[in-house]
Amino acid sequence: MVKMLHSKEVSFIWDILNEIPDPEIPVISLVELGVVRGVEWVDTQLQITITPTYSGCPAMRMMEMDIDQSLRKEGILDFKINMQYHPAWTTDWMSESTKSKLKTYGIAPPQAHTKQRIGALISDAPNEVPCPQCNSVNTKLISEFGSTACKSLMKCNDCLEAFDYFKCI
Amino acid sequence: MNNQTSLFQYILKIADNQLILGHRLSEQCSKGPFLEEDIACSNIALDLIGAANSLYIYAAAIEGENKTEDDLVFLRSERAFKNVLLVEQPNTDFAYIMCRQFLFDTYDYFFQQALQKSKDETLAAIAAKTIKESTYHLRHSGNWIIRLGDGTPESNLRLKVAFTNLWCYVEELFEQDAAELDLVAQGIAVDTQSIKSQFNSHIAEIMQTAGMEIPTGIFMQSGGKKGVHTEHLGFLLAEMQSVHRSFPGVKW
Repeated sequence: MVKMLHSKEVSFIWDILNEIPDPEIPVISLVELGVVRGVEWVDTQLQITITPTYSGCPAMRMMEMDIDQSLRKEGILDFKINMQYHPAWTTDWMSESTKSKLKTYGIAPPQAHTKQRIGALISDAPNEVPCPQCNSVNTKLISEFGSTACKSLMKCNDCLEAFDYFKCI
Repeated sequence: MNNQTSLFQYILKIADNQLILGHRLSEQCSKGPFLEEDIACSNIALDLIGAANSLYIYAAAIEGENKTEDDLVFLRSERAFKNVLLVEQPNTDFAYIMCRQFLFDTYDYFFQQALQKSKDETLAAIAAKTIKESTYHLRHSGNWIIRLGDGTPESNLRLKVAFTNLWCYVEELFEQDAAELDLVAQGIAVDTQSIKSQFNSHIAEIMQTAGMEIPTGIFMQSGGKKGVHTEHLGFLLAEMQSVHRSFPGVKW
């Protein structure tokens, strides 16, 4: 009976959200990025739970607007977007297929599990980040802070291309 | 002071530190010593202001009366800001900026780590988020301390001057008033004395590697946590709040 109250299945909503590209990395979706944490109907209202990637990420507002627009396009007008902090967003949520999409796009995906990396407080260059262009592991860190909050700037010593590396957090 | 008021004030102290330091660092945007460092400082400023934003949203919800995070940032006057004196100190040279970051980042790293265990679930969740970013910040400023201290005689001298001038603000980081100690007893606030030895040992380790000595015989300053600031905060707020005060209720 409850199902009759709303027109769209939860799985259908997930499909819609999975088509919304990340505003800064358009080859992966908000779902693949791990920003969407939950979708549920509460009575006749659709509630979407999202979590920020970085606390100050300016793309978060854009993501909310994109979700808003996509839902309206499907005729869903009664919805609410909730911001959730726990559990904190981590690159560990990225699937292997998401990582390979990043690599094809030219961004080196996060290499290690965060457990192995968080906590090093002195000089801590990520080891063996393969160059997304030529696959060489002869790469070096230029800066831990890159073009967006979530990326470091690296350089390949073989093909000499500079590239973005998606930080492990 | 009732418990909600104490909690509200406590959140403001944490958020004000992040906001004011973030704003100070954002003043460096486009003035970095080189492009990558400019981007790094802007990214860190963004993280700090973002973390402050999460905390202000929480504080505004506690305050009620339809208050928002913008009210707390743009409509409070100098005396109502509870940030420590360290974070409001104006930018001078790069060594000074990195020294200020390093002292705060070290404190903030151990503080956020401890705050994750708070019995207040929202504070604990925001801290668990913030600590990931704080780790990057501390690594960044710590590496610069080593590079500048162990660099040229000029960079070493400038860093020495920076430490000498900023060391007087260290003790205030750990000050706690009666209301805050009450929150410590309830398992909500961090007992700052419990993180002091970790702070000291990390500072000592980095400074030793950098060939720097910890300044001695410095008279400690305080007042920020009570709202009594150095003259610099007023100017910072005048700039930060100017648009909102000129066009009340403006949205962007």
